[in-house]
Amino acid sequence: MMRSAMAAAMLGAVVGTGLAGGIVLARAQGPAGAISIDNFTFTPQTLRVKAGTTVTWTNKDDIPHGIASANNAFARSKALDTDDNYSFTFTTPGTYQYFCYVHPHMTGTIVVEAATGSNATQ
Amino acid sequence: MSTCDRDDGVSRRKVLECMTWVGTGVLWTISGGVPHALGIIDEAVAQQAQPLTFVQISDSHVGFDKAANPNALGTLQEAIAKVGALPKKPAFMIHTGDISHLSLPSQFDDADRIIGQSRLDVHYVPGEHDFLDPDLKFYRERYGRGTMGAGWYSFDANGVHFIGLVNVVNLKAGGLGNLGNDQLEWLENDVKGRSASTPIVVFAHIPLWTVYPDWGWGTDDGAQALSYLKRFGSVTVLNGHIHQVMQKVEGNLTFHTARSTAFPQPAPGTAPSPGPMKVPDDKLRGMLGIANVTFKQNEQRLAIIDTPLQG
Repeated sequence: MMRSAMAAAMLGAVVGTGLAGGIVLARAQGPAGAISIDNFTFTPQTLRVKAGTTVTWTNKDDIPHGIASANNAFARSKALDTDDNYSFTFTTPGTYQYFCYVHPHMTGTIVVEAATGSNATQ
Repeated sequence: MSTCDRDDGVSRRKVLECMTWVGTGVLWTISGGVPHALGIIDEAVAQQAQPLTFVQISDSHVGFDKAANPNALGTLQEAIAKVGALPKKPAFMIHTGDISHLSLPSQFDDADRIIGQSRLDVHYVPGEHDFLDPDLKFYRERYGRGTMGAGWYSFDANGVHFIGLVNVVNLKAGGLGNLGNDQLEWLENDVKGRSASTPIVVFAHIPLWTVYPDWGWGTDDGAQALSYLKRFGSVTVLNGHIHQVMQKVEGNLTFHTARSTAFPQPAPGTAPSPGPMKVPDDKLRGMLGIANVTFKQNEQRLAIIDTPLQG
């Protein structure tokens, strides 16, 4: 009871300060991107970020998931239990396909664009 | 309620008989399929006086504590009590994986302690939840002695050849369960030279046939594995992973999935995801259970009885 009340309070604080404030806790510098895992689905399915962005996956399911690059382009996460998260900073532009190594039918894409390039996308 | 009626991957193959989604336990028999081959089996095993009975448990997910079942260890204990109360003591037990929820040593310890109370030999295959430790070593250290690769092996009992397969490692992006070339090659050699009259039981965690690919319920190279077994007169495939009873007969191949001892999962396509299904407390134990398998050799048939923890 006490713990869940505290967790709710902390969640409220994070929400209250906005998404950017929550991510700053994970990384002191640089832009941030967020991917949620809910109902065995990565949301957004495709995340577009600038190079240097720290992307954080958060597992909202009652089942553990794990993040792995489809072609070993970035380090895989440990198993993420409920509410666990994993962050990786993408410094090299490119298209990164990833999947859940526990449930490989779950897939997603991160498109990393040059930090100083076109700002047609955000 | 039958997935046979659904327009999904199941219909890709010829289904001769399909009885699925059993509510409260059922006696399931193989009496059709390949009568000629069954006749051969009967001759081959006629000299074996003793029928073979073994029990399957699956998906104990020790450590799971979410709403769908806050006490997965407790329901495992109840399942082992069910095993102990069977009228005929089984020769051994098979566990078709997801012993633990997060591959923690403490979870394996708890599982071993409870399952050990059955005083039965247990033949394990891993689920994907048993390979979540960073070095992928705990399962193999505990259960992999004398096995090949990530933990596959075979053994014989009462004239029946048992094959335990691993389809939960080296999974590929966008794919389903995976056996891999090394294991397929081993399997081909393992059954080569065996008489077609040898009854075969294959057990693995993820279904070897395609149950519902949208939820990952199938094995990409499962058909390749089954092709090595097609010449055998009786092949029974026992799986877990989907936390519900599902059965299919396809020629001489018979497929069966066991209930979990931890929590139910929804029928294919009936929920947004295959995640743990919360049911009313008084319904939970009707959706968990064990499977008791008997080769009634002199009666030319094999029987699987699914028994829920309650009801």
